[in-house]
Amino acid sequence: MQKSDRNQKDLALRLLESNGFISVLVVILGFLAGTILVLLVGRNPGNMYKAILQALSGYNMDNGKMNVRYVFETFNYAVPYILCGLSMGFAERVGLFNIGGEGQYIMGMTVAEVFALLGPQVPGLHWFACLVLATLAGALWGGVVGVLKAKYEVSEVVGTIMLNYTALYLSRIICLRLPGANTYKTANYPETATLFNSLFDKWTNHSMLNNGLFFMFFCVLLYWFVMEKTSLGYGMRATGFNREAARASGIPVTRSIALSMAIAGAFAGLAGGIVALGSFRYGRVISGMDNYGFDGIAVALVGNCHALGTMVAGYLFGLLKNAQPLMQSRNIPKEITFIIQGLIVVFIALRSGVVLIRQNLEKRRLAKEIASE
Amino acid sequence: MAETYAIEMNGITKTFPGIVANDHVTLDVRQGEVLALLGENGAGKSTLMSILFGAYSADAGTIRIYGEEVQIKNPNVATELGIGMVHQHFKLVHNYTVTQNIVLGMEPRNKFGLLDLESAEKRVRDLTGRYGLNVDCDAVIDDITVGQQQRVEILKVLYRNANIIIFDEPTAVLTPQEIDELMDIIRLLKNEGKTIVLITHKLKEIKAVADRCTVLRRGKVIGTVDVGKVTEEDLAEMMVGRAVKFELEKTPCKPGKVMLSVKDLEIHDSLGNKKVHDLSFDVREGEILGIAGVDGNGQSELLYGLTGLLPVQGGTITLDGRDITRMTIRERIECGLGHIPEDRQKHGIVQQFTISENGALKDYYKRYAGKMGVLDYHAMTENAASLIKQFDIRAGEGAQTPAGSLSGGNQQKVIVAREISLSPKVLLVAQPTRGLDVGAIEYIRRRLLDERDKGRAILLVSFELDEIMNLCDRIATISKGTLVGTYRAGEVSERDIGMMMAGSRKKEDA
Repeated sequence: MQKSDRNQKDLALRLLESNGFISVLVVILGFLAGTILVLLVGRNPGNMYKAILQALSGYNMDNGKMNVRYVFETFNYAVPYILCGLSMGFAERVGLFNIGGEGQYIMGMTVAEVFALLGPQVPGLHWFACLVLATLAGALWGGVVGVLKAKYEVSEVVGTIMLNYTALYLSRIICLRLPGANTYKTANYPETATLFNSLFDKWTNHSMLNNGLFFMFFCVLLYWFVMEKTSLGYGMRATGFNREAARASGIPVTRSIALSMAIAGAFAGLAGGIVALGSFRYGRVISGMDNYGFDGIAVALVGNCHALGTMVAGYLFGLLKNAQPLMQSRNIPKEITFIIQGLIVVFIALRSGVVLIRQNLEKRRLAKEIASE
Repeated sequence: MAETYAIEMNGITKTFPGIVANDHVTLDVRQGEVLALLGENGAGKSTLMSILFGAYSADAGTIRIYGEEVQIKNPNVATELGIGMVHQHFKLVHNYTVTQNIVLGMEPRNKFGLLDLESAEKRVRDLTGRYGLNVDCDAVIDDITVGQQQRVEILKVLYRNANIIIFDEPTAVLTPQEIDELMDIIRLLKNEGKTIVLITHKLKEIKAVADRCTVLRRGKVIGTVDVGKVTEEDLAEMMVGRAVKFELEKTPCKPGKVMLSVKDLEIHDSLGNKKVHDLSFDVREGEILGIAGVDGNGQSELLYGLTGLLPVQGGTITLDGRDITRMTIRERIECGLGHIPEDRQKHGIVQQFTISENGALKDYYKRYAGKMGVLDYHAMTENAASLIKQFDIRAGEGAQTPAGSLSGGNQQKVIVAREISLSPKVLLVAQPTRGLDVGAIEYIRRRLLDERDKGRAILLVSFELDEIMNLCDRIATISKGTLVGTYRAGEVSERDIGMMMAGSRKKEDA
C-alpha cells in the first residue's frame, strides 16, 4: 500500500520534471483562461469549443455535418507555423534569439513569387526550384546576421529586427515591378509554379493543402536528425549551452553561430515560399506582415525547441487560426484565439515557477521520509 | 550552566532535493571563542551557517542565541541578534566607496531624512582604528586589493554591531601574507570579546586560530575537539573518514626534451591592457613547472594565450617543435595541448550536458563521428562509463548524469579524466584543486604526478603555495605579467616565493 502511494508521488514528480508535460499544462491553462474570458464578455464558451472541434475533426455539432476540408485546412495553416517554429528553435538551441523569422519568411516569399512569375516554366521542376530559391533567400537573410554576430558581436536581436523591415519594403519594391502588379497583387502564377496537389484536392474536399506538407515533414525530421544525432548538432548544442566552454574545447563557435542563423533563416524562407505558392494563386504585394515569423517564436517556446514538440505546437496554432472564422460565425470574437496564444506564452514563461513547485514537492517528500525513518 | 553559550543549535535538519544537507546537527559555540567548522565540500557547513544567518530555514531543530530560543526567519533577524557573516564571495558594490558599501542598507540619516555620510564615516574610522583594519574609507572598491575588500566585509559586520561573526572560507582568495594578517585580525576580534565561527577546510588555519573544532561529514557531526589536543592528521582523518597523506611521494624528476617553449610572450586582455610581457620559459617531458603568484598578475591571460582563447601580440609558442602561436584552439588541441582550466564551470564543462557528452567535448568530431556526421552516442557512453570507473567519479545516474548536478570535485574529475584520456603532450593545469575537498585534492594531485611520470610536460598555475611546493619540479613566480625568477624545487623556500609574489626578486638572482 505504502509502496504504491510512493510510486504515485514519483509519477507526479516525474511529470512535473518533463518539459513536455509542462507545455501541455500551459496549453490547458491558456484555454481555461480563454473560456473564462468568453464567459466574462457574455458569450457561450461552448461555441468556442464547437469551432475548435470543427477545425480539428471537420464535424459541425450545430448541424451534425462532416466536412474533412476543415481537418486538412488546419494542416495547411500549421505548415508555416511549424517551419517558423523550427526557425526560432534552431537558433535558440545555439543560444541565439532569432526574432527575424518574419523577415526571412518575407524574403522567401518574395523570391518564390519572382521566380514563379519570371522563371522557366518546366513542369514538375518549376515550383520545386521556386521553393529551393526561397529557402536560400531565407538562409541568406538569416546568415548575414549570423556572420555579423559571429565575427563582430553584432546583436542578432537588433540585426534581425532591422532586417525584418528591410525585407518588408524590399519585397514591396520588387513585387510592384512584377508582371501585372497593382498595389496589392501581381498576375496569376503559371500552373507549373503552384504547389497544387491533385490527389490532396480530391481526398480533402478541395482544401488548400499542398505539396508544402511534405517539405514540412522533411524539415521536422532534418531538424531532429541534425540537432540530436550529428556531430554538427552536438557542437551547436554545446555552443548554445556554454559558448565559452565550447570555444575552449576547440568547437568552432563562430561557424556554429553563422551556420545556425542561416539554417534558421532557411526554415523561415521555405515557409514563405510555401505560403506564397500554396495558399495563393497570385503573388502578393504585401503592405504588412503575415506574422508567421513572430508567432514562430511562441510555437518554439511551447514546443521546447524540440522537433516533435514544435510540430505539435505549430499544429495547435494552425488549429486556432483555422478556428477563427468558425468562431466568428458562432458569435465568438476571433481575437480570443490571439488572447489564448498570448496567455500560453505568458504561462510558458512561468515555467520556472513550476520548477519551484516541483522542488517544494520533492523536499516535502524527503522530509517525510527522513521523519519516518 | 557552567558555561555560557553564544550559539546553541540543536537537532538541525535540512534537506534539499536529493540530499540531506544537515542531519540532526548539534553545534554549541561558547561565548568569546573561535570555533572552527571543518568539513569537506558538501559536508553541510555552509548550509548550517546559512540557517544560523537566516538565509535558509531548517526543517527541524531549534536555535538558541545567548540561551534564548529564537526563530531566525531572514538575515535581518540575524543582524538584530548580533550575528554577522563574512561571505566567501564578497557582496560589495564595485563602484561605491568603502564607506558607502559599509553603510549600505542602514544608511544614517540626519533630521531632514537625508543621507548623513559624515557621521557614518566617523563611525567607520573608529572601527578601523579599534580593530586595526587598515583601509582607506574613501577608496572605491575596484581600486583596493582583495584582502582589503575582505576587511570591508568585516567592517560591514562590525558596523552592524555583530557579536557573533561567521567567516565562510575566508582565505580562499588571499595571499599567504594576507592570510597571516587575517589570522591576526581574528585573534584581535576574539580578544575584543567577539564570538567567531570559522568555516574552512584548511587545517593550518584551524591550528593557528581556533580554540575548538567541530567536524561535519555528510551532514552529520562527527565530533568536537579541542584544537590544542589534536594534530592536523587527526582532524583530516575525522573530516575524510580515513587517514590522509599530506606529503605526496614523488619519484625523482627525469626531464626529457623540451615540449613547450615560450619566448618573449606578450598578451593583452580583451580590453587591450598589456597583461603579459617578456615572458619566457620551457617545460620538458616528465617535469612539472609551477607558476606561483597572486591572482591577477597575468596568469589567466598567459593561459588564454597558450590555449588560444586570447590572441598573442608578440613572441612565440612552440609545442614539440611546432610553432602554434597563430593556430586555432582546435589545431592546438590536435597538436597535443591539454588544458584543465582555471574556471571549470566557464571553460571546462557544459553543465546541461551529461558526463558522457562532456567527456567527448574535444574529440567528438573525430572519435565518434560516422557516416554523414552521425555521432555514435553509444560508444560515447561506454567510454564515459570507463572514465567514471577509472577516475572514481561519483555520479548518481552514471554516464547519463548531467554534469551540472555533480559536486565541484566530481566536475573537476570529469575534466581531468577527459584531458588525461586525450593523452596530450603538454598539459596546462590551472588551479586544479580550488574549492575541492581533501579527498579530491589528494586524488587529483596524485593523478598529475602519475602523468608527469608517464613523461608528460605539465605547466601548473596555482595561487596555493602548498600545491606548488608539493607538486612542482621547478618553480617560477609571476608578478605583474612577467616571471621574476625560476628555481629548482628545494632550492627555494616558501618565504622567498612569497616575497617574489609581492614583486621583489630574490637577492642573488638576476
